[in-house]
Amino acid sequence: MTTLIDTPKPAPPPARPRTSAGIEKWRRRVPLLPALIFTIAVTQLPFVATLAISTFQWNILQPGERHFTGLSNYAFVFTDERLRAAVLNTIVLTASVVLISVLLGLGLALLLDRRFAGRGLARTLLIAPFLVMPVASALLWKHAIYNPDYGLLNGTLNAVYRFFGAANGPTVDWVSSFPMPAVVLSLVWQWTPFMMLILLAGLQAQPHDVLEAAGVDGATPLETFRFITLPHLRRYIELGILLGTIYVVQTFDAVFTITQGGPGSETTNLPYEIYLTMFRKYEYGEAAAAGVVVVIGSIIIATFALRTIASLFREEASR
Amino acid sequence: MSDQGATGTVIQRFRARRHPADHGKELRLSPMWTFVAWLATLAFFAPVAWMALTSFHQEADAATNPPSLLAPLTLDQYSLLLGRDVTPFLINSATASIVSTLLVLLLAVPTAYALSIKPVEKWTDVMFFFLSTKFLPAIAALLPVYLIVKDIGMLDNVWTLVVLYTAMNLPIAVWLMRSFLAEVPREILEAGEVDGARLPTVLLRVVAPVAMPGIAATSLICFIFSWNEFMFAVNLTATRASTAPVFLVGFITNEGLFLARLCAAAMLVSLPVLIAGFAAQDKLVRGLSLGAVK
Repeated sequence: MTTLIDTPKPAPPPARPRTSAGIEKWRRRVPLLPALIFTIAVTQLPFVATLAISTFQWNILQPGERHFTGLSNYAFVFTDERLRAAVLNTIVLTASVVLISVLLGLGLALLLDRRFAGRGLARTLLIAPFLVMPVASALLWKHAIYNPDYGLLNGTLNAVYRFFGAANGPTVDWVSSFPMPAVVLSLVWQWTPFMMLILLAGLQAQPHDVLEAAGVDGATPLETFRFITLPHLRRYIELGILLGTIYVVQTFDAVFTITQGGPGSETTNLPYEIYLTMFRKYEYGEAAAAGVVVVIGSIIIATFALRTIASLFREEASR
Repeated sequence: MSDQGATGTVIQRFRARRHPADHGKELRLSPMWTFVAWLATLAFFAPVAWMALTSFHQEADAATNPPSLLAPLTLDQYSLLLGRDVTPFLINSATASIVSTLLVLLLAVPTAYALSIKPVEKWTDVMFFFLSTKFLPAIAALLPVYLIVKDIGMLDNVWTLVVLYTAMNLPIAVWLMRSFLAEVPREILEAGEVDGARLPTVLLRVVAPVAMPGIAATSLICFIFSWNEFMFAVNLTATRASTAPVFLVGFITNEGLFLARLCAAAMLVSLPVLIAGFAAQDKLVRGLSLGAVK
């Protein structure tokens, strides 16, 4: 996968006497080898195994029936309705979480780029959602916030209704009525601080004199943002979107915890569907094929991600 | 020790370059926008604050509607949790996270050295190979890993998690450590070499002081990711090796739900990461973006 993009050429090694060149090369390589071998063993071998398993008809409930079946698992992956629904859910979930959290993160980053009273504290409080253990935050949303009887949402609604003299607010079962938005909201809450941090880093890297010059030239704040800040931030926004996509596509904790993929399969995304295929249907071959398809999808996203990161690399090298 | 003096000046110049003194030029937020900023901040923090508050309540006070803000506070939920069931899970989490973080450092520091200070040929290719492993969704590896682990009898074993978490965090650590080591100015290294300092001396005297904050930040980030990991933990462990996130799964069902106890448990397992994250927030962003952004 290293050939996905053109990587910047490394600087030519300094000229050395011919005899010691080989030794020097190996002396440079040795510190690298343990990590490289370990990574290949633990990450690449399982993938090769997944490829192999994906060509087998293999259900653990029928032990005698394991046999080679060619690409039929892939045919199943692309025609199965549940899986197609899972692909669609994955796209909806990932796209909405990433886009909303990038927009909110951008707004917050713009605010936190300026000095104001208690900025340090505000920043610390803002990153808390990202630090809370994902399973814990999923449970928190499911029970402490969405719960129809004693959740914070309905509780607040009740309080508002009573304040205006009504008896009680409506009792909404948020997770059952709006399963996908419920999952999306909890993930947006979790990922906005991540986007905010990346974009804030981008804003702080912006040279102040350019902004000042724009002010002197009579640019309005909106113009300054549109023509100076936004182009400068583009790379950081791209990076945020791409990293966010790579992480959010893999969402498992929130779906597993908040909705268990339901109601029906309305919130079943690909990782959760693969999990079900593996540990509920015990169809190992199908699960492996679906896994390979996810990997191919991720590689497509990753290609774009690598381009973005490589351009940041070039920037660093040219400094 | 003439090289010490020379090296010292270079370090000073290097530090000055890293922290340009233009903080005074930062623009101020107007009062109205300050209000908006704080409103947004509090909106995002509210669920966490709510979790903290509820965790100090009795169950009866936690499950009222509308919620009772002024109910008496108590530590009962925490003593209940720590007294009985959560401790083994916390110990497993700590073992898996700390040991894997140490292993990651052991592997990543030499690697980063070989990729930045004395780079091997095609070092960018190696970097992108490490990164590409992060793009493989973990779910695609779960099946073969599960089968292999089952075959060698390592299911429900905390050392299985140690190995997996090490592999999971190693690419991040390599990228981060490289970006920190790349900041060690060449002048210092060359000055050291010209003065005839041997490699261990250069590493210990020159590289280590500059890289130490980076090593600390890398450790924290690896610790956070391992501590929070759920999918491998829930599928590869059963009773003996389960970690804190798996403990929380017991709270999924609605029947017999104890909200205050759930909040206390959620607080308890999130606390180490919250503290670590608050302590290293400026380094966090670099870790999360794999060192690509500073």
